[in-house]
Amino acid sequence: MSARNFYIDPSRCIGCQSCVQACSECDTHRGQSMINFDFIDRPESIGSAAYVCFHCEDPTCAEVCPADAIKKGIDGIVQSALDPRCIGCSNCVIACPFGIPKMKVAQEQMMKCDMCYDRTSADLKPMCATVCPSQALTFATPEEIARTRREVPTNVFYFGDQKVVTKVMMMVPADVEAMSVDVVDYMWEPQS
Amino acid sequence: MAKAPGTPAELLERFGPHLNATPSGGWQYEAQHGPDRLVKTHCCFCGQQCGIQLKVKDNTVIGFEPWEEFPFNKGMLCPKGVKRYLQSGHPDRLLDPLMRTDAGFQTATWDDALAFTARRLRELQDRHGKDAVAVYGGASLTTEKSYLLGKFARVGLGTRHIDYNGRLCMVSAGTAYKPAFGVDRSPIPWSEIPKAHVLLVVGANIGECAPITTSYIWQCRDNGGKLIVVDPRMTPITRNADLYLPVRPGTDLVLLMGMLNVILREGLEDRAFIEEHTVGFDAVAADALTYDLRDVAERTGVPAEAIERAARMFATADRAIAMHARGLEHHSKGVENCSALINLCLATGHLGRDGCGPTMITGQGNGQGGREHGQKCDQLPGQRSISDPEGRAHVAKVWGITPDEIPQAGYSAVEIMEAIHRGEIKGLLSICFNPLVSLPDAGYTREALEKLEFFGVIDFFLSETACHADVVLAGSLQEEEEGVVCSAEGRVIHIQQAVTPPGRAKLDSQIICDLAKHLGKQQYFPYSHPREIFDELREASRGGVADYYGITYERIDKEMGVFWPCPSLDHPGTPRLFEGGRSMHPDGKSRFLPTPWRESGDPVAEDFPLYLTTGRVVSHYLSGTQTRRIGALVDQYPEPLIEMHPRLAAEHGIVAGDWVTVTTRRTAITLQVSLLKTIRPDTVFVPYHWPGGRSANQLTHRTIDPRSKIPEFKVSACRVAKASAPPATGAR
Repeated sequence: MSARNFYIDPSRCIGCQSCVQACSECDTHRGQSMINFDFIDRPESIGSAAYVCFHCEDPTCAEVCPADAIKKGIDGIVQSALDPRCIGCSNCVIACPFGIPKMKVAQEQMMKCDMCYDRTSADLKPMCATVCPSQALTFATPEEIARTRREVPTNVFYFGDQKVVTKVMMMVPADVEAMSVDVVDYMWEPQS
Repeated sequence: MAKAPGTPAELLERFGPHLNATPSGGWQYEAQHGPDRLVKTHCCFCGQQCGIQLKVKDNTVIGFEPWEEFPFNKGMLCPKGVKRYLQSGHPDRLLDPLMRTDAGFQTATWDDALAFTARRLRELQDRHGKDAVAVYGGASLTTEKSYLLGKFARVGLGTRHIDYNGRLCMVSAGTAYKPAFGVDRSPIPWSEIPKAHVLLVVGANIGECAPITTSYIWQCRDNGGKLIVVDPRMTPITRNADLYLPVRPGTDLVLLMGMLNVILREGLEDRAFIEEHTVGFDAVAADALTYDLRDVAERTGVPAEAIERAARMFATADRAIAMHARGLEHHSKGVENCSALINLCLATGHLGRDGCGPTMITGQGNGQGGREHGQKCDQLPGQRSISDPEGRAHVAKVWGITPDEIPQAGYSAVEIMEAIHRGEIKGLLSICFNPLVSLPDAGYTREALEKLEFFGVIDFFLSETACHADVVLAGSLQEEEEGVVCSAEGRVIHIQQAVTPPGRAKLDSQIICDLAKHLGKQQYFPYSHPREIFDELREASRGGVADYYGITYERIDKEMGVFWPCPSLDHPGTPRLFEGGRSMHPDGKSRFLPTPWRESGDPVAEDFPLYLTTGRVVSHYLSGTQTRRIGALVDQYPEPLIEMHPRLAAEHGIVAGDWVTVTTRRTAITLQVSLLKTIRPDTVFVPYHWPGGRSANQLTHRTIDPRSKIPEFKVSACRVAKASAPPATGAR
């Protein structure tokens, strides 16, 4: 296993989609990109963000799969749905808190980022993190990240009551330990 | 009469642009068969010149692998670099020479095509004089090809008219740097950028046009550096700017003088540096002091407080870098704009030490190298002035002719097209240039092309311009011929021959040498390999400003590039210029140069109240000849959109998805709107990569900077109106 980890920092993203284009050049799924890319709200902002699968410790996608088609390897990588098992029900697509899995309708199979296991197993960086011109997607050691970045990594997320711990790290401002993405957590409400 | 033969539909059917979306052999071919070899070379597109490894199978490029060891980009690539390999095996590729007949373009033998080309050029010269023919080059050519083309024009044809598409790129920068510092090159390698405490980025859409530079800017921020962005649009890097100045198009000079005014009034200038290392401060200072900050705010549309803050940040930083690109340079006062930025650096002592200096971000692949060795109308190899007797004598000796045989300076790119239009130039040979899309005022360019008595083109695809040719000589892609280029940093790097040209297509250098032979000038063009051309250009550049004598292909490979000047084989090269504040002028001093204000050549008025500015998007490159043929890049940005602020749109009843007609003093085109709050409400933006009814350059004007001869692409007066329907021909 690599000593390097995957870090996402959307604040560095310039929307060039090099990751999208490069992902579609990866051998295991050449011709199809597994990157989740968005211009957040182009009319309002230049903000953009590119995501790969977060590779959760307890993957929600696998938990909700009725066909037991989604497997996590000992390397912590959550794989695309196994072709012979996947029934194309899209439970994983709906359940993933990060919105990562994509249903490939034509082939009736869920596919998603597999962290370039063909590359990482050969101690190469994943393709997207190699080409990314802004290094919004980075594959590096924790020491390199600590030495070179002003933001700090976290891999703990709360979605309502669900706590999700991930293999992939998200860069956040230095004073944030875990990031909630539920507005309710930021609201004041009278105690009843 | 060089009208395009056949209907547009016929030409489109036969020559494209068609989209190549999948690699040769299909998506699974490489996984199943594997490449024969990996070739370490560089991207064919912009001036970043990222290292890349091309996967080659059966003389075709079938994919790529990042090249992480190359120090500039460390494996990083933009989407163009990722998909560039799809030019290989492209269905539109020209495999034979073409000759125009009454029945359209017909394939021809090389002998016929070359003999006809040589005969027509000679006939025109015999009848109308040597200067009746002109040569167009391009900054995507290797330095060997650029050098060869310059020699071909002056020795093979004996015409003084040779210029290149770099004239549309960054010549204003070079024209400002040369008198200021005695040299035309970025003063710093990119490794200096993370060392700066303040980065001032003026008119440079780095995220889209020099994407890899983003990583250097973010490293600077990680180190605690502050980022100031000056641009009428919030470009992608603005998302992390500490200060954003939304300058009104065409008023950069006023803004920079306003900053200098603040610096001088507050005593923030570096008196010791000015005394020791510069000449000409007093006149520039006196001019700056005439600028009133409230007036500056009114003219630029930037709050006075923001200008003050920018000035203080820049002046008080121990280390500051001022970066600029086409946004500062594409103006009829582009040279003054660049000089004003240089003056700011000189006044604050930001030169010749860690993390300091003005820095031009050269745009084209060989934008730097292509302008150093002789395809510029006023320069000989080694960045020598063509009017310098010593330089002429040196180059004439290398070429085996007398100095008097070298013609004097000729017309620049826009001036050549104007001379064609008025009938003074009657024949044109063009390579690596698509002026019908890239020159301003495309309608005028078309008229001029149709007046040519002979037009020969060397190209690998039939560009929109090449449709007007009498002869098209099927040339080579970047990966088909070995050579060197010089990146934006000033790093000379090695382009490898990964594959040989398909069909009967030939190496560009061979075509030029063969043409020289048909002109009876073969003794001056005896080359059998690009290396022989390189060795001659090393000698020709020797002792010049851009001295390449100490650079060899082997050294480049071993050292991952060599920065010029490099005058001897044991010289380490010069990554950073002006050490200790010494310029390359004989006295070592840098020059403050005056920057008088001039109005734009196409000023806004009551009937044309808005500013049109043009530029690039990340997935396309220049005139689009290459990128409009690559499926994934077209999918990413399929059609030109007109960017407009919702406030402006509301004034005209325009809503999302509407078609909008934009009209300038030339003509009108209709495009779909992209509503966004990241552009000034008095400005609209259209990217220029498309031809015909989608061509932004139908709208632009031919005013050029009097010294650099760069067109004013960044300011055209326009008006907008909601269109009732898409254009009749459809967007395509």
